[in-house]
Amino acid sequence: MHSIEIDGLDVDRGGTRVLSGVSLSVEAGVVTGLLGPSGSGKTTLLRSVVGVQRVRAGRIEVLGRPAGDPELRRRVAYVTQAPSVYADLSVRENLRYFARILGVASRRIDEVLAAVSLDDVAERIVGRLSGGQRARVSLATALLGDPDVLVLDEPTVGLDPLLRRDLWDLFHRLAGRGATLLVSSHVMDEAERCDSLVLLRDGAVLATGTPSALRAQTGAEHLDDVFLRLMEQS
Amino acid sequence: MIATALRVLTQLRRDPRTVVLIVGVPCLLEFLLDQVFSGRRDVFQHVGSPLLGLFPFISMFVVTSVTMLRERTTGTLERLMSLPLAKADLLLGYAAAFAVAAILQAAAVSTLAFGALGLHVAGPRPAIAGLAVANAILGMALGLLASAFAQTEFQAVQFLPALAFPQLLLCGLFVARGDMAPWLRGVSDALPLSYAYDALARVARDGAYDGWFVADIVVTVGGALLALVVGAATLRRRTD
Repeated sequence: MHSIEIDGLDVDRGGTRVLSGVSLSVEAGVVTGLLGPSGSGKTTLLRSVVGVQRVRAGRIEVLGRPAGDPELRRRVAYVTQAPSVYADLSVRENLRYFARILGVASRRIDEVLAAVSLDDVAERIVGRLSGGQRARVSLATALLGDPDVLVLDEPTVGLDPLLRRDLWDLFHRLAGRGATLLVSSHVMDEAERCDSLVLLRDGAVLATGTPSALRAQTGAEHLDDVFLRLMEQS
Repeated sequence: MIATALRVLTQLRRDPRTVVLIVGVPCLLEFLLDQVFSGRRDVFQHVGSPLLGLFPFISMFVVTSVTMLRERTTGTLERLMSLPLAKADLLLGYAAAFAVAAILQAAAVSTLAFGALGLHVAGPRPAIAGLAVANAILGMALGLLASAFAQTEFQAVQFLPALAFPQLLLCGLFVARGDMAPWLRGVSDALPLSYAYDALARVARDGAYDGWFVADIVVTVGGALLALVVGAATLRRRTD
């Protein structure tokens, strides 16, 4: 079942076309990776799905409703690339605030802290944590409401390999429960961890498909080479 | 609304230096005013009470414009706008938190001014504190509005002299509004702080609650509400 449908999306930012004619669908229950070099329009595409991006043309439907619909604010969670949490509050105080806004019980705070392995720093001030820990606070915040759609912008940048593996396991567990995960990355080795891929270049979709289908299509073994061949073909 | 108010108050509590500045600086200024006019008690009596009520306007303007700018630049505002949180909840939460801060500030300054410094007011002292809170909300609302037009914290702070100082100059504190050139008087009539000052001066000087006093309060609160509504329009769910 498709939970995100995008059709003919055009977005301008600061007078230049950032996305042009993007059409794609994202399935529920799998982890979809949005891959592309820096500046290819990944963040803009994610912002459009969440409904915080002003778009020029096109249709975006999330869970059968137009992106940004008030109904979706409870069901779609978004983690920005830069951690968007309050640096002067403790981890727990941050989560308590967002839990109150979402109207979820406070025991959920401990659950999400455990899910992102932050239980040991719950009382620390966010501003004094490492960049990777801060990114996980931001992620924990998004998990609070048990969203049906989770939009993550480069969530594993700067994390050590062990934590990165744990988070990808978490993403797959959430997808296994039926959630839709749309995760951006500019690192090709992360593409291997996705069930489905969307390759973006210069604001347009270069290719979509599972990692193995894309390999078969191009005859390349490494996903880096897959991307290269697709770029040469286009 | 309560969630946001608690969050903002926790942030303030986490920053004791700012709290000391919010409470301590007006006390220091009121004391200096007393000392400067030690030979002219009438001047101290004339400006002491209105200033007491105007301090929260200045403090909350600065605190709000910087705090809200930080929300805009760190992405927390974008996150809030993607959550089931009404804009009014956010703004009223801010207003409630800064009203609490203003009450603390007004309590500290009035204790000093009415106690040790012997400041006299004709009307009831709580009325001055109440007006101080109203002015805090006005300052907060204008600070919120200013934050929408600032890209850096430098700019946000510079909006204080740009938006607040002209109002202080023209509100009647330095020169009675009746003595101003007609065009200045006209500008003064259009600025909300003139009415806030007028209400404070009425309580301090005459202790009279006539229709003019009520009108002053209505205009002050109306100005704050108007700034909040315009400020709310600058909180966008969708941006470029």
